[in-house]
Amino acid sequence: MIKLPLLDIDSLAVDYQTGTGTVRAIYDVSFRLEKGETLGLAGESGSGKSTLGLSIMRLVPYPGVITNGIIRIDETNIMKLPEHEMRSIRGKKVGYIFQDPMTSLNPVKKIGAHFVELIRTHEPIVSEKEALERAKTILKNLGILPERINDYPHQFSGGMRQRIMIGLAIALNPSLVIADEPTTALDVIVQERILDLLESLRKIYGMALILISHDLSIILERCDRIIVMYAGQMAEYTTGAELHRAPKHPYTEGLLQSIPNIELSDQKLSAIPGSPPNMLNPPEGCRFWPRCPYVMEICRLKVPPLIAAEPNHLVRCFLYGEKGARIE
Amino acid sequence: MDKVKVTKSMLARLVHNVGSLTKKGPSGWMVIIGIIIVSALVIMTAIGPWVTPYNPSESNVGPIRAPPSLEYPMGTNHLGQDMLSRTLVGGSIMLQVSALSVLVCFLIGVPLGLFSSYTGGYLDSSVSLVIDAVYAFPGLVIAIAVAAVLGPGVVNMALSIAVVYIPSYFRIVRSQVLSIKELTYTEAARAAGAKWYTIITRYIFPNVIPSIVVVATVNFADAVLTAAGLTFIGLGVTYDIPDWSWDLTNGWKYLSSRAWWIISFPGLMIILLALGFTLIGEGMSELLNPKLQR
Repeated sequence: MIKLPLLDIDSLAVDYQTGTGTVRAIYDVSFRLEKGETLGLAGESGSGKSTLGLSIMRLVPYPGVITNGIIRIDETNIMKLPEHEMRSIRGKKVGYIFQDPMTSLNPVKKIGAHFVELIRTHEPIVSEKEALERAKTILKNLGILPERINDYPHQFSGGMRQRIMIGLAIALNPSLVIADEPTTALDVIVQERILDLLESLRKIYGMALILISHDLSIILERCDRIIVMYAGQMAEYTTGAELHRAPKHPYTEGLLQSIPNIELSDQKLSAIPGSPPNMLNPPEGCRFWPRCPYVMEICRLKVPPLIAAEPNHLVRCFLYGEKGARIE
Repeated sequence: MDKVKVTKSMLARLVHNVGSLTKKGPSGWMVIIGIIIVSALVIMTAIGPWVTPYNPSESNVGPIRAPPSLEYPMGTNHLGQDMLSRTLVGGSIMLQVSALSVLVCFLIGVPLGLFSSYTGGYLDSSVSLVIDAVYAFPGLVIAIAVAAVLGPGVVNMALSIAVVYIPSYFRIVRSQVLSIKELTYTEAARAAGAKWYTIITRYIFPNVIPSIVVVATVNFADAVLTAAGLTFIGLGVTYDIPDWSWDLTNGWKYLSSRAWWIISFPGLMIILLALGFTLIGEGMSELLNPKLQR
């Protein structure tokens, strides 16, 4: 029996039609995600990570439009689903964790009410009492006292709120959870705890996780596969170990070099020169060439295709020839 | 980020304030005094019919235009009616009109603002255009025009005042919704599969309430004054139920003959009522808006 992927995205493109022109926020993104797998999405601000996450829910904010591509969740092409069927996927099949825990909860509603509403939206037969009981169990698993179900969001700390957000995302036992920079607003220690929690819940509930972050070190540690995004395109797509061992794309190289190493005392922290391209007017050819240390003539003229430099290692760069060997 | 903090603390403030207005400094006291004045006047009007010394509508219970005395503490008017009795019960029309107009404004302005702003696009632009057109006219002029078309009566007065104030509700609700609908918790609700009306009623509306409360109290004060103005120019309630503004309308002619008491006491009541509502409104807006504090 062929194992069907949980999520299958094929040549997805998302445009933002702004007053000054069309921004291709995502272009030619394709990947698959198996059940229970962890996928990391890394990239700078504006590289299209969040847009990619939101397009899986078909919630790309106005004026964004999905212009091309197919997204399949459990073999259902969600691009063709009517809005009411799409609503039953959001929250039920795909949970979403937002970046900022301070504003992700409705300030006028008690924590319990958040759970009750979520559960009863998707399972109307569940009574309010039952929903609250389920919420208490979830809170207990998250390390929050079940009695606090009657508290308002402002009575919780940032880390606790993010745990509650995680609880809401997993409450209906979705098969996929998208965590969009879940720890960016939190300090480093809380960050670790939240990510560990997410990891353990993922194992318990057997769900797949898409972890979006600009922090490559977080993703390297925790993800089975990693997509490095640059200017709306996939720059590199491979396993975590492989990316750590042998990054192929010059951009990934630069990213990895800019992670400070605690064991080296007198290292000079390197940075990628230049800044991300203006997406209204991206450079011709490869979008990375103005910042690339290995830039060649062809890079300025043609968009490099995504090629398999090695089995299970896709890279969008002309440095790698037909057989995957690096051209020096 | 800043906007977010304001919204959150506004709400926290409102919830917190209900019990502890006295600890809030001058603005807290403004609200308390305003509530005392308004509730005193409401109670006075409510129990008035049972405590009046004379029938307020009956003519010639005393001499014509008698100055205040022990028998008639607030004097009598040109029909020989007792001014104390009339003052005690004369607020009813005014309170009915202002309450009704606030209700109408609330029922039309708030849903319109919520829906139009949440939907956005052409609908929002066109509704805003119409509302702004109404807003551009001086309030009293519109009220007079509408009242003249509709004719006298409590409901018609309330409607003509409501037309003037619907734009205030609409605009405040619209601006709030514009910022709230971009906040993560509404986005999170959408990501959790909530329907659009759930988002409006459960996520956006409760967070707009604090601002609406402020507009409503200010609206109350203005409605009182506008109601008095409409009656004064003959577009109010014309039949003879005791009414402060009606007494003003009739009494001012006798001011030249030094009968100051005929308009002074009802006038004072109108001022007190408007002052009460204004104090509540101003105090509330100061309490709820951290930027105005201190």
